[in-house]
Formats: sequence, structure tokens, C-alpha cells
Amino acid sequence: MGISRALTPVAAMGRAVLSGAASVGAVARLGGQGLAAAFSPPWFPRQIARQFLAVGFQSLPVVGLTAWFTGAALALNIYSGGDRFNAEAVMAQIVSLGITRELGPVLAALMLAGRVAAAMASEIGAMRATEQVDAMVTLSTDPMRYLIAPRLIAATISLPLLTMVADIIGISGGWQVAMHLLDANPQVYITNTWNFLTAWDVESGLIKALVFGFIVGLMGCYHGITASGGARGVGRATTQAVVSSAILILAADYLLTSLFARI
Amino acid sequence: MTQTPKIETPKIEWPKIEWRGVAKAFGPKHVLDGMDLAVAQGRSLALIGGSGQGKSVTIKLAMGLMRPDAGAILIDGVDIAALPEKQVRAHAAHMGVLFQGAALFDSLPVWENVAFRLINADGMSRRDAKTRAVEALALVRLAESVADLYPSELSGGMQKRVGLARAIVGNPQVLFFDEPTTGLDPITAGAINELIRDKVTSLGCTAVSITHDLPSARTIADDIAMLHQGKIVWAGPASALDTTDNPYVRQFVAGAAQGPIAANW
Repeated sequence: MGISRALTPVAAMGRAVLSGAASVGAVARLGGQGLAAAFSPPWFPRQIARQFLAVGFQSLPVVGLTAWFTGAALALNIYSGGDRFNAEAVMAQIVSLGITRELGPVLAALMLAGRVAAAMASEIGAMRATEQVDAMVTLSTDPMRYLIAPRLIAATISLPLLTMVADIIGISGGWQVAMHLLDANPQVYITNTWNFLTAWDVESGLIKALVFGFIVGLMGCYHGITASGGARGVGRATTQAVVSSAILILAADYLLTSLFARI
Repeated sequence: MTQTPKIETPKIEWPKIEWRGVAKAFGPKHVLDGMDLAVAQGRSLALIGGSGQGKSVTIKLAMGLMRPDAGAILIDGVDIAALPEKQVRAHAAHMGVLFQGAALFDSLPVWENVAFRLINADGMSRRDAKTRAVEALALVRLAESVADLYPSELSGGMQKRVGLARAIVGNPQVLFFDEPTTGLDPITAGAINELIRDKVTSLGCTAVSITHDLPSARTIADDIAMLHQGKIVWAGPASALDTTDNPYVRQFVAGAAQGPIAANW
């Protein structure tokens, strides 16, 4: 009795590790099955289109606004803080580098985590709670193909496209600030940006976005499909979908950046 | 606790659905514990019993939504517990289910709910599927104008009828009803019961309903089985419900607090 009580923290730690490992396994399994379903027929084109509309198109305003403010704020910081070492001379370069390599994909992904992962988790979670997922199976339709695969496909493909939009709007946000504060020559700023940026700056950001998009879709679906315990369970699943995708996005960002730095 | 009385199960020669020694536990809770039950072809069986006695689990196992820990579930002699997942879904082609909350897809209009199987599993064109869906809606006495509404725009009774139309549209051989009258007022419940009875008879289906509503069981079913603590404690024709001296059934029918069943509250 005394020993078992003394071991309680150890047991709790063990349980946490075991359940953590089990979730990692479950996520990996869902990801594998979802990818297999995404790459093999039958597909449900209407569902895929519906998800593209919800995930990609309807995220445009949020992603665009975020990108504009970020680009503008970045330029402002370089102007007010960077003048200590004449950084404002290379404002166009810093803004374009920062947006394409880092801020464009990461912020677009975080906005998608808030909008889309949450919506996926709550929709699928509510469908589970009301037996709609069970009903689908009894109607001879595979939820993996009808629910999961379209969301993974739409999130993974939409985020690089949204990132391209974010890159353009973010850079133009910086450009507008430069025009107003620095009285910079608009054409020179654009030429500087254009000449400085390499294809890889943009491409590496888009590769990141591809991975982040998959993370958003997977976390939304995983927390939705495993939701249990009625309304409270759906709420919890929604929170977990947002938090886990945000953390995984930032962790993957660091890993990918350090990987790219070595290439 | 009283001794389990001898089970009076009528012998069925060629069962359409048979549960054989089925056990299912969730963690430490043994929901089904060596349960045996059979339903003859073309008969309608109601499974009665208190809340939490494993009625839902029993039919979910037969739908292939769960797998038993032990035992077999034979449908036309094929053990669906042993089938791979893909074949379980294929096996669902002969099956129709009316879920407790109707479980309609709220993102789809009524007709697409009814036609879901036809469009998504059978590959029927949306146009033909809509025609079939409207026909199925007529069978549950819903007008064509309902077809384009969304489930959230319907009353509880109408949702149940749409669920029934969805269950019967593919001409199933087996129908499952999960608490078909829960949440409905007595008059609507009575109408749903009669509709279910009528459809089961006219389609020649084998039906399994779970309910704790006795008027519902009497209307829908030819045979009744009672589940208690993971086992069938009584089975017999619906007419024998009032004449049996089985203490479990007596207590359940009388709604008595005293008896072999402890109130689950």
C-alpha cells in the first residue's frame, strides 16, 4: 500500500506516456488510411469540391487580411527599429524574405488551424455524436472516403495556394508602408524585391504550406472522429484540434527550416 | 439476486439473424455476456429491456458497427464478425437502419439523405436517385415538397419518417429500428409504430427493433425477447407477453420497482 502510493506519480507518468504513444499511433493510422483513400477510387468529387470551397476559397479574406497587416507591420518595424543599422535600406528584401520563407506559410497555416481544423473537428464530432457516421457505414459508404479524404485533400492543396496569395498581399502590405513612410520610389521597391527573391525562397514556403495543410486537415479529422461525450466532447475536440495543429505547425516549421538550411 | 429462470426460447430452424454466445465488454463493464438470440426469416422481433442492458450493442454488432469479443453473429449463415471491414460495408447493402435520433445528414437535403446509398454506394445518377427518393418518401406518407427541405426544418416525427424512407429505399432484407418512438408524443409514436409494422409486412423484411416502450413493441413485433444483464432472459411470441410467469417480464410489463430487476437510476 505504502509503496503503491509512493509510486502513484510514476504510474501517472507511465499512463500519460502510454496514452500519448497510443494517440500518436492512432493519428499515424488515420493519416495513412486517409492518404490511401485520397489516392485511390472511389472519390466523392462533390465532397472534395465542397471542402475546397470551405477550406480554400472561404479562407481567402482571413488569410489576405492577416498577410497584409503582417507585411505592413514588418515593414514598420524595420523602419522604426532597424534604422539603428540602416536596415530601412534593405526593407524590400527583408519583407519579401520574411514573408515568403516564414510568415506567409506559417500565418496562413495558423489562420487555417483556427478556422478550418476547428470547423472540421466540430462538424465530424457532431456527426459522430448524432450517429451520422454510423448511419453512413450502414449505407455502405466508407466515412474514410466520404468524410476524411476530401478534407485532407482540400486542406493539403489549398494551403499552398493560400500561401501564394498571402505572399503577394504580404509583400504589397510592406510596399504600401514603404511608400507612405519612406517616400520610397514604388518601382525601385518592386524591382528590389523582384531581383532579390529567388525561386527557392517561394518554393520552400510552399513546401512548408503543403505539410502544414496536411497537419490542419489531419488534426481536424482526427479530433472530430475520436470525439466522444456529447456536446462537451465536441467542444473539447474543437479546442484540441486547434491547439494541436498550431503546435504541430510551429514544430514542423522549425524542422523543415533546419532541413532546408542544410540543402 | 434470484436465479436466472430457464430460458423459454422457441427453436428456430432457419434463422435469418442469429447471435451465438456473443460477449462484448467496454473496459471492466461486460455489456453482453454469452448472449444467444435468433430471428426467423420474415419475422419482426422486438428486443426489450431496461436502459444500459446492451440492447443498442446487440443491434450495432449485427450492423457491423462493432465487433464482439467472443461469439458469432450469423446473417444468412455468414458470420459478419469474421468479415473484413470492406465486406461488412458490402453486407450492409441488404440492411436498412432507423437510428434513434434518425441520424439524418444535416448538410444534405431530405431527398439526398434518402438517396444517399443509391448515389454514393450504388453509383446511381442523381436524377434517377431523386425519383426513387420521392417514391420512398411517398411510402412513408411524405409529400414531394418535403424532398428539398433540410432535416433541421422537419419535426421529430417527420425526421423519423425520412429515416424510415432512407432505410427502405434500397429494398433491404433486414431492418433495424433503434428506439423508433423515443422523443415522440404518443400519437405520433403510434402512427410511426403502425407505419413501421406496415412497411415490415409489405416489404417482407426481417426486422429487429429495440425499445423499452411496450406499446411500441406490441405493435411492431411478432416476437419479443427480453435482455437483462447481458443475456436473453425470456423470448416468445408477442401475445405471450401478458401470460408468461417469467419474473423479469412480469416486473417489466408491470413497471414494478420490486422484483429481480433493480431499478437503474
